[in-house]
Amino acid sequence: MSFLLTATAVVPAVGAIATAAVPAAKKSAAKWTALLFSAATLVLAAVVLGRFDTGGPRYQLTESHSWIKAFGVRYEVGVDGIGVTLIALTALLIPFVIGAAWHDADALEDTRLGRRWRPTQGFFALILLVEAMVIISFAATDVFLFYIFFEAMLIPMYFLIGGFGDRSGGNTEQEAAKQRSYAAVKFLLYNLLGGLVMLAAVIGLYAVTADQIGGTFSLQEILSARQAGKLDLSGAGEKAIFLGFFFAFAVKAPLWPLHTWLPNAMGESTAPVAVLITAVVDKVGTFAMLRWCLQLFPEASKWAAPVVLVLAVISIIYGALLAVGQKDIKRLVAYASISHFGFIILGIFAMTSQGQSGATLYMVNHGISTAALMLVAGFLISRRGSRLIADFGGVQKVAPMLAGTFLIGGLATLSLPGLAPFVSEFLVLVGTFSRYPALGIVATVGIVLAALYVLVLYQRTMTGPVKAEVEGMHDLKVRELAVVAPLIALLLFLGFYPKPVIDVINPAVNQTLSDVHKKDPKPAVEAVHTKGGAR
Amino acid sequence: MTASATVHSLWTTAAGDGFKIPAPHIEYAQLSPVLIVFGAAVLGVLADAFLPRRSRYGAQLLISVAGLVGAFGAVLVLASNGYATDKAHLAAMGAVAVDGPALFLQGTIVLVSLVAVFTFAERRLEPKTDGARTDAFTAQGSAVPGSEQEKAATKAGFTTTEVFPLTLFAVGGMMIFPAAADLLTLFVALEVFSLPLYLLCALARRRRMLSQEAAVKYFLLGAFSSAFLLFGIALLYGYAGTVSFGGIADVVSGTAPMTPALAETAGNDALLLIGGAMVLMGLLFKVGAVPFHAWTPDVYQGAPTPVTGFMAAATKVAAFGALLRLLYVALPGLRWDWRPVLWGVAILTMVVGAIVAVTQTDVKRLLAYSSIAHAGFILAGVVATTPDGISSVMFYLAAYSFVTLGAFAVVTLVRDAGGEATHLSRWAGLGRRSPLVAAVFAVFLLAFAGIPLTSGFAGKFAVFKAAADGGATPLVIVGVLSSAVAAFFYIRVIVLMFFSDPSPEGPTVAVPSPLTTTAIAFGVVTTVVLGILPQYFLDLADKASVFVR
Repeated sequence: MSFLLTATAVVPAVGAIATAAVPAAKKSAAKWTALLFSAATLVLAAVVLGRFDTGGPRYQLTESHSWIKAFGVRYEVGVDGIGVTLIALTALLIPFVIGAAWHDADALEDTRLGRRWRPTQGFFALILLVEAMVIISFAATDVFLFYIFFEAMLIPMYFLIGGFGDRSGGNTEQEAAKQRSYAAVKFLLYNLLGGLVMLAAVIGLYAVTADQIGGTFSLQEILSARQAGKLDLSGAGEKAIFLGFFFAFAVKAPLWPLHTWLPNAMGESTAPVAVLITAVVDKVGTFAMLRWCLQLFPEASKWAAPVVLVLAVISIIYGALLAVGQKDIKRLVAYASISHFGFIILGIFAMTSQGQSGATLYMVNHGISTAALMLVAGFLISRRGSRLIADFGGVQKVAPMLAGTFLIGGLATLSLPGLAPFVSEFLVLVGTFSRYPALGIVATVGIVLAALYVLVLYQRTMTGPVKAEVEGMHDLKVRELAVVAPLIALLLFLGFYPKPVIDVINPAVNQTLSDVHKKDPKPAVEAVHTKGGAR
Repeated sequence: MTASATVHSLWTTAAGDGFKIPAPHIEYAQLSPVLIVFGAAVLGVLADAFLPRRSRYGAQLLISVAGLVGAFGAVLVLASNGYATDKAHLAAMGAVAVDGPALFLQGTIVLVSLVAVFTFAERRLEPKTDGARTDAFTAQGSAVPGSEQEKAATKAGFTTTEVFPLTLFAVGGMMIFPAAADLLTLFVALEVFSLPLYLLCALARRRRMLSQEAAVKYFLLGAFSSAFLLFGIALLYGYAGTVSFGGIADVVSGTAPMTPALAETAGNDALLLIGGAMVLMGLLFKVGAVPFHAWTPDVYQGAPTPVTGFMAAATKVAAFGALLRLLYVALPGLRWDWRPVLWGVAILTMVVGAIVAVTQTDVKRLLAYSSIAHAGFILAGVVATTPDGISSVMFYLAAYSFVTLGAFAVVTLVRDAGGEATHLSRWAGLGRRSPLVAAVFAVFLLAFAGIPLTSGFAGKFAVFKAAADGGATPLVIVGVLSSAVAAFFYIRVIVLMFFSDPSPEGPTVAVPSPLTTTAIAFGVVTTVVLGILPQYFLDLADKASVFVR
């Protein structure tokens, strides 16, 4: 038994405590503590990735301890190729989030409130706490353990949005505060409702397993019992349980029509927190569809797939259309994310290996590309004190590096060939097309719209005559460049050579698909490894 | 034979064997937890009568703490000697049960009361009057509010140290209540703990009219419900010819030896059903279930806050314990009749409690409605009618009562010139001014909302799981949905504390003595420990979940 996965989650949790404990006067010590612990987590995640054997058993680095026997709950963690990839993504992004958020809590410092008021410490501690909870969620192989952290991570997120949000919304300080707290409450209520519906489903699952094999929440036990024919999860009650799970994940992901919290939440948080929401926390939703919905309820997943696919395509088109119409940069990225989550869910429920490999890769690429775009957007917004597109113009003349990195982030978002998201989007579309040609064609419209909203955004903010308020804008500072440059390098690398990631993902995807008993109509992914040409 | 002759024949056969009145056989050792508490209460009364005024406070605090600690020790000794499991039996001629549920709940009540006594004894929050430290209780209960006499009493630095023996009497009654194995003991226990509570409610130092109004309301409605209970007891006795829980169960199931008198009444289902319903009503009043909840918000708001915390926590434990014993020991044969009723009550309680709470603007009223919603969740476990149901209810009660005590203890800290600032708008920005107190209150609110990693979640999961196992899936769904509504108003308070700007003349957070600090710290620790590592306590509740009959 190895304690590597637990350690990967415990280190940021300890970091959160350590950061919170830094004395009030030592602001920068708190920041460095947080950065140090997130870097240590990254190192551990790299070790996890290195130890992971792509040809090995399905779940690796497993740990299993008794926890709450009365509920049949065990502390069980383990990773498959999908989980390990997402843990690596999380650990990778957090240091950049912290780096980009370096000065975000400074404005809240207020010496009049005394030594107990330590917003900087609180802010970075909450980020690390979210990281710890997300990592446990990716690693959990016990439904209950997953549920606990899936739900508990809402609380630190809620404080990050409501307490440390963007101060540029609205016309006055009060209005901005009101909008922030509205967004935070909306975020929490949507997700809490989803979580509570899932709680009913979790209890239902326990009742079903208790009837057949003695109550358990362990994924391994449930899967092996089903293989042995001892457990049957295909009745009508199980469909209801599946829906309970899916509802929670669809809120989190988010899928149309449960998406309305995301634009508020991303719009009202600072850019790094928005990255945390969309690139890290929301991935738990799509990941959970793969791990929990498909593996526990293959029958019900197949049964629900047509509806889910249609909702996913609606998300793609709807998100993209609304992104085109946005006046606010961060809300535009939020709607673009809704469109991209549509692609991910489309890939998952198309039930082909290209589709699911593509969807998993998409989660990674979307994480990196959105982080790049959103963090640069955050630098831009903080310089101008406004997030309205109309307040910018001609930035590329005064801050060429900022404009350039913004453009690359944008091009990645619209899936330009040569940048990482292209590969995954292409895989998802191929995977969908081979089974559902009509949906594949409609989804392609989303790509066209993506080009529209990204390029129009760039044109309006960066090109044209230099606006008076934009004049004298600083270009990227060293800290900001250090945050963005590695992300862009990664986008380029994975755009040309996605094989290492796909190699890790593929075995897990194939095993998941064999659970679902869907036969693949086309050969596996290797065919599209060569970098895409014309599109 | 006429009906009156039947009842008479019950008498004559009972007294028939030679007019022997057996001297009652009392197992003093097994009743020691209750006896210690009552002994301490009597000692407290004597102390108040004979000790000089200035040494009363210390003596009372000492007596109360010693009594409660002793009682808790006695509970532990009994439990470790197997009285919770294989040696469980009916003591005092079948009047009081010494079994798992009784000992578990008595232990909980004693511990809750001990923490509550700490908050009662807090003397650093109120400003000093003429150099003397004062507590949350009025200087002289008999003085008319606003009168010269009251001013004189306040000026003289009087304090109402009677609250300590009163509390001990209430605790003693509460300990018998869930252990009562016959209906008369049940009734006596109810009165023993209710009467001191009515008094305690009336003794607030500030806003005395509100406090007295609350006490009168509580007393009138309480008397009403006692009457229901007593009438129900009479009807059940008329039906079964016995007041013991086990005896009633035998008659209901038809295993009791048939006497001619019994044959006449045992067929009369109207007596049984109406009697059972009335007893149930009396108990549901005490737990504050809808539609018997109307007293809760007014009393919770008006009573001195430490008393509110004590009532909200300990009364609920005692009343649910009695409800469990009545339903599982005396009336299991009727479960097809009471289950649908309790389903309805549980659903109504959860929904009404959660929805009405949304509109509240006073912290104490908010917590009152939240306690109503929680009564609904606990009822969902009660209707499970499985051993899991019993243990989950007991675990929930233990988890919930410490959160409640802690939450009310925090409420006593937030003050302005008029005493406690309970209006929600006054709490705006508390998180900026006193991050620690606000964070602690947020932990309690999250536990109320049932967020994972808190004791509230473990408890909620336990009762919902038991309910689902017992076939009450719709209850679970209603419970989950009303939890979502309930979460909204808990979150609203958190928003208010952390995301609103503090008003310049907002309330201050008083620095309490170690007494209140201990109470709050105990609340936080149990919330976290029962949330993260509930296994030991779940096992304990599970082992203690068999009733003796």
